[in-house]
Amino acid sequence: MTDIKEKLSVTDYMSMPDDKGHFGVYGGIFASETLMQALEELRDAYEKIKTDKVFQAQFDEDLAQYVGRPSPLYFAERLTQQVGGAQIFLKREDLNHTGAHKINNTIGQGLLAKMMGKKRVIAETGAGQHGVATATVAARFGMECVVYMGAEDIVRQAPNVYRMKLLGAKVVAVESGSKTLKDALNEAMRDWVTNVDDTFYIIGTVAGPHPYPAMVRDFQTIIGREAKAQMQAQCACLPDALVACVGGGSNAIGLFHPFLADESVAMYGVEGGGLGVDSGKHAAPLCAGNPGVLHGNRTYLMEDENGQIIETHSVSAGLDYPGVGPEHSWLKDIGRVNYVAATDDEALAAFHTLTQVEGIIPALESSHAVAYGMKLAATMKPEQRIIINLSGRGDKDINTIAKIEGIEL
Amino acid sequence: MSRLAQRFAELKTQGDKPKKALIPYVMASDPSPEITLPLMHAMVEAGADIIELGVPFSDPMADGPVIQLAAERSLKHNTSMHDVFSLVSEFRKTDDKTPVIVMGYLNPIEVMGYQSFAQQAATSGIDGVLTVDMPPVEADEYVPALKSQGLDPIFLLAPTSTPARIKKLAEVASGFVYYVSLKGVTGAATLDVASVETKVAEIRQFIDLPIAVGFGISDADSAAKVASCSDAVVVGSTIVKKMTINSGKTEQERSIIIKEISEILSSMRSAMDRL
Repeated sequence: MTDIKEKLSVTDYMSMPDDKGHFGVYGGIFASETLMQALEELRDAYEKIKTDKVFQAQFDEDLAQYVGRPSPLYFAERLTQQVGGAQIFLKREDLNHTGAHKINNTIGQGLLAKMMGKKRVIAETGAGQHGVATATVAARFGMECVVYMGAEDIVRQAPNVYRMKLLGAKVVAVESGSKTLKDALNEAMRDWVTNVDDTFYIIGTVAGPHPYPAMVRDFQTIIGREAKAQMQAQCACLPDALVACVGGGSNAIGLFHPFLADESVAMYGVEGGGLGVDSGKHAAPLCAGNPGVLHGNRTYLMEDENGQIIETHSVSAGLDYPGVGPEHSWLKDIGRVNYVAATDDEALAAFHTLTQVEGIIPALESSHAVAYGMKLAATMKPEQRIIINLSGRGDKDINTIAKIEGIEL
Repeated sequence: MSRLAQRFAELKTQGDKPKKALIPYVMASDPSPEITLPLMHAMVEAGADIIELGVPFSDPMADGPVIQLAAERSLKHNTSMHDVFSLVSEFRKTDDKTPVIVMGYLNPIEVMGYQSFAQQAATSGIDGVLTVDMPPVEADEYVPALKSQGLDPIFLLAPTSTPARIKKLAEVASGFVYYVSLKGVTGAATLDVASVETKVAEIRQFIDLPIAVGFGISDADSAAKVASCSDAVVVGSTIVKKMTINSGKTEQERSIIIKEISEILSSMRSAMDRL
């Protein structure tokens, strides 16, 4: 009986989404007819490369030789001692080329764009990490690159804006709506509709219409597959818990997905709690939102009673998004993953702790995972192990943090 | 017979030659809540056959800057779906003939529930619903909910629509279909009439419904050209641009906007009728 149940659950997790891109009631293709042809072309191309050995070999080689994978699974001994609970391991995505997990996905989509003969790539970006990762791949493949970025984020993430420009990308400031990530995504979609013949839209997270949530996930699962093998090699066991921050949710799904069928592994997705989930000023749709439709998919959203999307707040630009990948919505509803929040203050404290105790400067996004991971580890036994996904490095955030703390650089 | 079907039938048979429908698009409560009702009546007076009423959404992904700003202006007044229902109810008190369709994005409908939305929309006197981000492939519950209340589900077609998707649309659409005449967002400038003609002919092989063409229609001349190869002409950004003349707060300000829009529609009407 147990065997059957296990087999069923394995099949269930791995067979999602269905052929129309649905994860249960979530996901799908809620897009204008003007985008449908492009989405169907992309879906067909993506279906082809999933099993294409030449493509997959090229992808693996680029991850090894260009990105620098595998990224280490590092036992954070001093942090573990300080917290006094479970052993804390860090999956070091911050050590990837360009400084975050985002490059795993842009390498994959960049290769796909090349295969489809597209000469121009566009992207949206919040913190700028995905924009940098896209500009990097475009430079390497000799493609024209345009990155849409909310005007407010351009101010918050000046170093990354300069980095993208150095890489040859054009950065377009988006002045509409709340001038953040969601508006950058709207603007990129509008560009795509207009220039659909020669342009490939590299979405940076597991959101958007099908096939993006599945495709971006598949490019990011390298994180979890490596972590599983590394944990096996280091301790001959599975971890007891996984912790990752969730904005759109690509680093989290990348870590979680290969472990979904391992029921002994608990999982925690940490949203941007802003000033506190009760304050209403946060970016935590899974903790405090409702299902709705935005950016081509059905998922949990931050919305008002009229169905208008409301502005989010997070100290971290990468988490400042009112939606979340539809697979996370499904994983929440079926109870497989726990979704929690860390506040701005908790993330900032964790930022300093990790920097001082381990000599690792984490991105503000990843600091949310560190904050909750430390809290969680403290409640666990010393023989237990947790993996925190250190999705990016914090160099890009030092201006923000200095400003918050009243320090002039 | 639905108001939309009735209207298209009349246009074909009334008068000495068949006429094409003129469909203006305005956003509800843009630039002020007080302007929309008198504007709707004035547009009918100026020659509009069907009114397309925009429902604002915070994230209008398929719209260009003109309609985006219209949505932002409307949302400054917290315009809700219920406000749109009230507006159409008022309109119906003195105009029971002119079809009104609402156009917007899915989430404001999703939050109400399809059934509840459809029931209230029909009660208020709305005739059709065009939801930009609701394609036929996702519409298994949406279409029956609208049709159960006698509402026409209106869908978009594009230059890139394949025969397979046109056929799928033909199974669920009613009222009319809306052909987006170019690749891009609303308010784009160029219009290639020859390619519109070719695509409309292709669509007619699969669909019996009237075909309206929108996007890129900026003056009487382009309206007439598009009318010559379709059943209806949708004009949006060109008239929505007039909403920035003033704030529409006073009676006098509103009458200036209404006059300008009426003049555009009258000139389009006469150009289309000269065909």
